[in-house]
Amino acid sequence: MSAEIFQKIAETNTWSWITPEFAIGVLALSLLVLEVILPKVAHGAIPRIAILGQLVILGYVVTGTCAGTLPAGEAFGGMLYFDGTGQLFRVFFLGASIFVSYLGMVSLDRRTLPQVEYFHILLVITAALMLLAQANHFVMLFVALETATVGFYILVSYFRHTTVSLEAGLKYLIMGALSSTILLFGIVLLYGAGSNPALAGSSQDSLNFGNLAGFLAANPDDTLGLIGMILVISGVAFKVGAFPFQIWIPDVYQGAPLPTTALLAVSSKAAGFAMLLSFSKVFSALGDWFYPLLSALAILTILFGNFAALTQRNLKRVIGLSGVSHAGFLLIGVIAARTVDWASIAILFYLFAYLLASAAVFSVLVHLNKDDDSDLTLDDLGDLAKKNGFLGLALAVGVGSLAGIPPLAGFIGKLLIFIAAFKAELYGLLGVAIVGVVVSIYYYFGILKSAFFDLWQFQADEEEAPTAIPGSALGFLGKLAIVIAIAGTLLLGFYQSPFSSWLVG
Amino acid sequence: MNDFASLVQFSIAVPIVAAFLTLFVKSWGRPAVQIVSVTGFALPLILALSLWGLYDPSTPGGYAFVSNLDTGLEMIGVSLHLGLNGVSLPLFVMASVVGLAAGLFAAQSKAENLSRYLFCLLIMQGGLMGVFASIDIFFFYFFHELALIPTFIMVGIWGGRDRNYAAMKMTIYLTLGAMLSLVGLIAIYVKSGAESFDLITLKAHLAEIPLADSVQNYAFGLLLFGFGILVSLWPLHTWAPLGYGAAPSSAAMLHAGVLKKFGLYGLVQVAIPLLPDGMGHWENWIVWLALGNILVVGLIAMAQRDLKQMIGYSSVMHMGYAFLGIAAMSVLGVGGVVLMMVAHGLTVALLFMLSTMVHHRTQTFEMNEMGGLAKKAPVLAAFFVCAMMASIGLPGPGLANFWGEISIFLAVYDFRNWLVYAVVAGIVISAIYGLRAIASVFYGEEADEFIESQKEVSVEDMSWAERVPALILIVVMFFIGFFPKTVTESINDALESEPVYAQVEE
Repeated sequence: MSAEIFQKIAETNTWSWITPEFAIGVLALSLLVLEVILPKVAHGAIPRIAILGQLVILGYVVTGTCAGTLPAGEAFGGMLYFDGTGQLFRVFFLGASIFVSYLGMVSLDRRTLPQVEYFHILLVITAALMLLAQANHFVMLFVALETATVGFYILVSYFRHTTVSLEAGLKYLIMGALSSTILLFGIVLLYGAGSNPALAGSSQDSLNFGNLAGFLAANPDDTLGLIGMILVISGVAFKVGAFPFQIWIPDVYQGAPLPTTALLAVSSKAAGFAMLLSFSKVFSALGDWFYPLLSALAILTILFGNFAALTQRNLKRVIGLSGVSHAGFLLIGVIAARTVDWASIAILFYLFAYLLASAAVFSVLVHLNKDDDSDLTLDDLGDLAKKNGFLGLALAVGVGSLAGIPPLAGFIGKLLIFIAAFKAELYGLLGVAIVGVVVSIYYYFGILKSAFFDLWQFQADEEEAPTAIPGSALGFLGKLAIVIAIAGTLLLGFYQSPFSSWLVG
Repeated sequence: MNDFASLVQFSIAVPIVAAFLTLFVKSWGRPAVQIVSVTGFALPLILALSLWGLYDPSTPGGYAFVSNLDTGLEMIGVSLHLGLNGVSLPLFVMASVVGLAAGLFAAQSKAENLSRYLFCLLIMQGGLMGVFASIDIFFFYFFHELALIPTFIMVGIWGGRDRNYAAMKMTIYLTLGAMLSLVGLIAIYVKSGAESFDLITLKAHLAEIPLADSVQNYAFGLLLFGFGILVSLWPLHTWAPLGYGAAPSSAAMLHAGVLKKFGLYGLVQVAIPLLPDGMGHWENWIVWLALGNILVVGLIAMAQRDLKQMIGYSSVMHMGYAFLGIAAMSVLGVGGVVLMMVAHGLTVALLFMLSTMVHHRTQTFEMNEMGGLAKKAPVLAAFFVCAMMASIGLPGPGLANFWGEISIFLAVYDFRNWLVYAVVAGIVISAIYGLRAIASVFYGEEADEFIESQKEVSVEDMSWAERVPALILIVVMFFIGFFPKTVTESINDALESEPVYAQVEE
């Protein structure tokens, strides 16, 4: 790189544009400082400070987006690109992080493990993911992704006294490292191809998304570029849990601490789709390869996720595998976005619906008072509705929304994806999606059945019934979190005006 | 927004609001829950009847009481567009009548967690009112699902024998049906290019630029089988008797009586007017499958020993007549179908309710283990005989079903006259199982099991709490039976303004 590039970068270092990410970083560091300076009795306040701080930042981003005062355009020498989609992903990751912080608070309170580090790493991951969603350059993308992934390695094995958590951590480390390597290799190939001065459209800064798209448009038959694209997609497929890179999901989801599972399910998946949405612009010239590849992934992902989830009885595995199938539905949206321009809005809507539904489901799971949350099974839900109607309702709304039952948000998400797919004439994918939905009813229904329908079945053996149902654990904050998740899911199912006007406007 | 449009909105909103109220007043005790929920069922009936009174058949565009609300999906052409026309109004009223009867019956039932049971039932009622009042086909589907989900829950929690299996089977079947019809509706939306889910807009648009034949064919196929599963078209009917057998009676009343009409209504109001050529393509399929409903399912119904299962099968069988009437594609035939939908809704609801009352007295649904109940409960017997006669449709000119069926038969004769033999055979079949059920439940010697069970539970005649909901249904049945014109006029007007049906007539 020549000196001009550095000069250009220096001129465009508009630090104020990344205020939210910056603020999260400061918050993350100040948590560590607070642990040192606060007396031990006040340590319980630190998670609350983390949540409060994130709420303030979320408020800043939301008001900024609504008022349209947040900047848009390139910054940092083309490293980052700010637009409306990026702002929505910021909101998404912050929202996910706030609710994972809450889960972490509940979950860690029961254990004698260091607490503050969990929130610290969570915040760093969130900041990294927010940057990732706005990356406009493969170097930025990779650095942000690795920052997040390294954080995930730690959070997955955070319960270091339980073997399953360590096992999950190891599996995630190996698979994650492998996928990062594949991604990196793809990036290197793209770099090599794009900066070959012998080819038209080459540039010195060939990892910039815009430059790369220009290069690929000029050389759509370039073999290196094609292989690079396939490898990059493979790396991302790992993140979203698309077939055949979904193999880590059940074990890791099961072994990881519950808040981390939630973070993996929601944020990590969304990050993958943020990347895919940017890639669909980068690789648009390779559309004849890019979209068939994604279609194959989508079909296999939907079928695998749903059929594999059918036989599971472990709750975290069911959620993980159902998440695989959701990735498949979202992939359909990405493919449809090629011809239907509002399909990316559908993806975002789907993701927000998924976030709210997951928030409801995981909030219920975290309150199933079990010491080891890795072996929560359907049986642990037995009589949930009877013992705690509020949690039962939350579970019903969450699972119903995941299953795509009207009038919940998940249904509108699926509907938008279906309409987009139909408009894009993806009939085969649509057929597979329908099969997926019908199959998924079986296991979602199974969850609800164990929570509700066995209501009066086991009354005889009351004394030996599992004691996994909470008594007092649900504090004010817990109720608030669950109410927000339920209300959001219902609202987005009935009345989408605020969201759609925000998206379109 | 037309005059009185808010009445339509209220009749959808009231049950839903009442549903949430029942949960809040739970702590005030059982009577509070009962009062709130019965109000939630009664108000829609009052509103629906006043709408009936206010309805002016000469409304321009066919729809009266129209209102339009944006819910935020306008970017894909969806808005909450409500209104009633001559076809939907009778069904709308019927839904409110059956709803009140089911609600009254449920409110005094011994279900555990009564407030939650009524919550589900009220949500279902809200969805049912919405289904028939929707002009927007997205919301038409949406309200159907809103009514369907509580059914699964009620079968699963408050159901009888095999409830888990039945609930699961129903859910999977009906989800498949709903998904197929959803894709069919999306197909119409996308392929028409009208960028709207609004039925009126779609109709106007497709009248100018009809869809290509191939599109019509597959879209109609999706809707036919999607709706067909929901209406229990043979051989996709197996969820229905099982589900109704397991469902608590109020849920069965609302589902078999009202919700199942969604599919037929969808064919009459949406699929055929929008896709007339698709209908021509699938006509033979409909005829043969409908014959399967009438003859095959009819014979199965004859073989049933379980009273509730038998009623379930007979309701599946009657759907065959409806499909035949639709296949005839004339004002007479389709009008007969709509009239039959109204009448059948009332009858089958009454039969499910009465069979549960029989069960309270005999402690069984096995018809072999009953007998002689008429002596102990003459009023119940009278109601049951009336309902069963109406259901058979044969000897009751004073009952509503007769008029519907006779119009269907005449239309079917015009359509393909050999079909009438099959239809008559069907009537013989239903007369056999219907009369045999009456005989074995109410007349003859008491079975040993029944004598045995009487030692524990003394058998009394219908109480007033039981009589009121039954009376509501039977009075409306007789009213339509004696004055069918009150209903048929509006149906005729609406259908004659529909070119597909009027054309064939000429």
